[in-house]
Amino acid sequence: MSVIFLLIGCSLLLAIIFLFIFIRSAKRGQFDDDYTPSVRILFDDVPPRKSNHLKSKH
Amino acid sequence: MVQISRKYDIYHLQGPPQVLTFVSFMARQGETTTRLTCYHCGEDCTEEVYYVDEKPFCCFGCKTVYGILADNDLCAYYELESAPGKNRRDAVETSKYEILDRPDIRARFVTFEDARQMHMRFYLPHMHCSSCIWLLENLHTLHPAVAQARVDFRRKEITIIAAREEISVREVASLLDTIGYEPYLSLQDMEKKDDGSVNRGRLIRMAVAGFCFGNIMLFSAPEYLAGGAMGETSLRLLFQYLSLLFSLPVFFYCADEFYISSWKSLRKGFLHIDVPIALAIIITFVRSLYTVFVEGSGGYFDSMSGIVFFMLLGRYFQDRTYKMVSFTRDYKSYFPLSATKLEDGKEEAVAVTELQKGDTYIVRNNELIPADSILIRGQARIDYSFVTGEAEPVEKSIGELIYAGGRQRGSHLELRVIKEVSQSYLTQLWNQSGNRQKQDEESRTMVQLLSKHFSLIVLILSVMAFIFWLFMDPSRSLDALVTPMIIACPCALLLSATFTNGNAIARLGKAGLYLRNAGVIEKLTRVSVIVFDKTGTITPSRHTRIEYEGTPLQSEERSLLSSLVHESSHPYSRAIATWCGTGKLQPVRHFREIAGSGIEGEIGHTKVRLMRAPDERQGTVFLVNGEELGMFRFSAEVYPGMFALTGRLRREYPIYLLSGDSDRDKPVMDQLFDGNHQRYYCQPEDKRRFIEELQKSGEVVMMVGDGLNDAGALMQSDVGVAVTDDIHSFTPASDLIMEVQGIGQTDRLLRYAAAARKVIIWSFVISLIYNVAGLWFALQGLLQPVIAAILMPLSTITIVLFTTGLTSLFSRRLLRPVAGSDPE
Repeated sequence: MSVIFLLIGCSLLLAIIFLFIFIRSAKRGQFDDDYTPSVRILFDDVPPRKSNHLKSKH
Repeated sequence: MVQISRKYDIYHLQGPPQVLTFVSFMARQGETTTRLTCYHCGEDCTEEVYYVDEKPFCCFGCKTVYGILADNDLCAYYELESAPGKNRRDAVETSKYEILDRPDIRARFVTFEDARQMHMRFYLPHMHCSSCIWLLENLHTLHPAVAQARVDFRRKEITIIAAREEISVREVASLLDTIGYEPYLSLQDMEKKDDGSVNRGRLIRMAVAGFCFGNIMLFSAPEYLAGGAMGETSLRLLFQYLSLLFSLPVFFYCADEFYISSWKSLRKGFLHIDVPIALAIIITFVRSLYTVFVEGSGGYFDSMSGIVFFMLLGRYFQDRTYKMVSFTRDYKSYFPLSATKLEDGKEEAVAVTELQKGDTYIVRNNELIPADSILIRGQARIDYSFVTGEAEPVEKSIGELIYAGGRQRGSHLELRVIKEVSQSYLTQLWNQSGNRQKQDEESRTMVQLLSKHFSLIVLILSVMAFIFWLFMDPSRSLDALVTPMIIACPCALLLSATFTNGNAIARLGKAGLYLRNAGVIEKLTRVSVIVFDKTGTITPSRHTRIEYEGTPLQSEERSLLSSLVHESSHPYSRAIATWCGTGKLQPVRHFREIAGSGIEGEIGHTKVRLMRAPDERQGTVFLVNGEELGMFRFSAEVYPGMFALTGRLRREYPIYLLSGDSDRDKPVMDQLFDGNHQRYYCQPEDKRRFIEELQKSGEVVMMVGDGLNDAGALMQSDVGVAVTDDIHSFTPASDLIMEVQGIGQTDRLLRYAAAARKVIIWSFVISLIYNVAGLWFALQGLLQPVIAAILMPLSTITIVLFTTGLTSLFSRRLLRPVAGSDPE
């Protein structure tokens, strides 16, 4: 029966890790915009027309 | 001929200049042509039509934008959505972006910069569809210095990363402007800098509360199932302390907004909606600590974190809806950010707030007059439609006073300031009664009144029960104090309002009706009189309908008329020009425009004249060589659905019409309103006073008008409804913003508000039954707090399902969604 203490500890640890990951991503702004990315993903890429020296840095 | 040469235009943007050659047609051959809509903005092409690549454009501006996009292979813009652009007829000269060269103002838009690059953020009110996102995120194709552009669609913001040395903030702003996305520059941007951290904070609080709530529920489950008599003591203790541990972040971190707002309200001396919640949270927590440490049994941490989690969840959904529209702007967002000051013959961009009495400044075509001024140079044709509702520009001569809020149509003006921005006419109008209304909004709503008294009664009752049982049977006393607090926790009652209103606001938003706050629903149900503004509300401000009666015009006469009216820019002349269609234009000699009367000129040997009817007829007569051929009548076109709407409304409410315009549209309006319920020639102040008088006679007034020109009246009224074409560009301090397409739904809105109120009342009754039954047992000290803690979330869940279900059902029955009002 005492194994239940270990199991509770493990499951809590796991849950807390997930909570921590969620908080981190929320702080980084992952949930700031929950609409635009869903549209953005549907756009086709525009073939680059001219060389763009700055774009390559990103 | 001037017009023709303007159309063969050369433009270039980054790279070798290119000449776009295209043919421009005059679209209308005679009167009966099909309606042409602009390929860029989708509006009807009423005047001249420009053609590029066989696509029609309503104005030069739209055509230019298309040219730029076509040139850069960005025409997918038009394929994602049809006619996604913004009409460019009233485009402002880009000189207004000069202010962005000033370091202090530039810093408002730059969020980060280093030696190589800079990040800047603009608010683009026009952003409204997926085409917009696509085009804006391809901004780098248009200018090599732009490295990346990211759009946040909901906030209508664009973040641009660009090479610092190669492009300035002003150039980026002008670039956005040239493709039809005018960055929003106003004093507002100078005051606030919101980076969304508030929302992130709430999201994290919600996540933490939900996490803790779920875990505590799991830990409490054995206690519920075993009825508090769990065998394994060590396990029970562990669960107790774990629950306590998880409740700490909920109590100290997640619930902080309730403490803060109740503390603020208590200091101001009134009971805010959050006070009972904060009290319930604190009492439940303290009571649980007592049971854990003193009695050694499980606490009610699950119900406490449940209260916090559900309350945060409800508020989060309410907030999301508010994000759609910003209501908090004031007159300042209407005024431009900068003015071009003239000093010693040099032009200098200054912030409008820096304009001093006696300064000379320049106002260009389509720019607003920011301060009351005297005209020094130039031909002023001021469009006061924002102030008075009168659509026709007023001519002013040198030395005359020009009030703030007018828009110059025509060449540029030199003006001298006589009153600074903050003291001007509009500002006064705006500030008149704004403050009073906001205060009573806080205290007057039905829900708050009820819940305030409710929580007070519960407090008194439980304290009385506590004292009673202290003498009768001390063992019951503590249960009798706390159980009523838990079971009669006002949160079920509060949730009923929060969830009903939150869902109702969201549903109304889908129908093109945006509410300032939940209190508006409540106020809508008490409306007894409805007052309408005319221009921009019942009639579109741009279009006038024209009727001709008299001798049918032959092509020669038509050509004479057409040539004459082409010399004038009066709105009536333009309307007649459109009516005439295209024909051969002949040179006009001795052209004269007689203010307030008409126009005349000579074509060949024929004297042509167009003047106001000399007798009592309402109209404009057309005379050739002194002989009258016929008469034009002008009347406003009415928005579709208006006749049906006023018909429905008249059965239930007295409705009034207030117009700043002349009474020339009275014949049409008579079909909509009772004859003696119409007022014309109203100044904004008259409108406000009219509403004030209605209120004095005990009426609750709903005013439907357009944003700024009726600001005073909207503020004065109990429910101010601002009608607008573009909910995002201009949102003044009204209670409700309505899209023009939604105006036919005014009566549905009122009925829906009544339905929402009923839902609140019903759910109130349900939770009252819960509460009264619970209290009955709790006050006798018969109910164990554990059972109370089970009943509490159960009642909450019932209420949430009941309210959201019913409001959705009613909205499906009553409201019609407006296309494009919501991206989802």
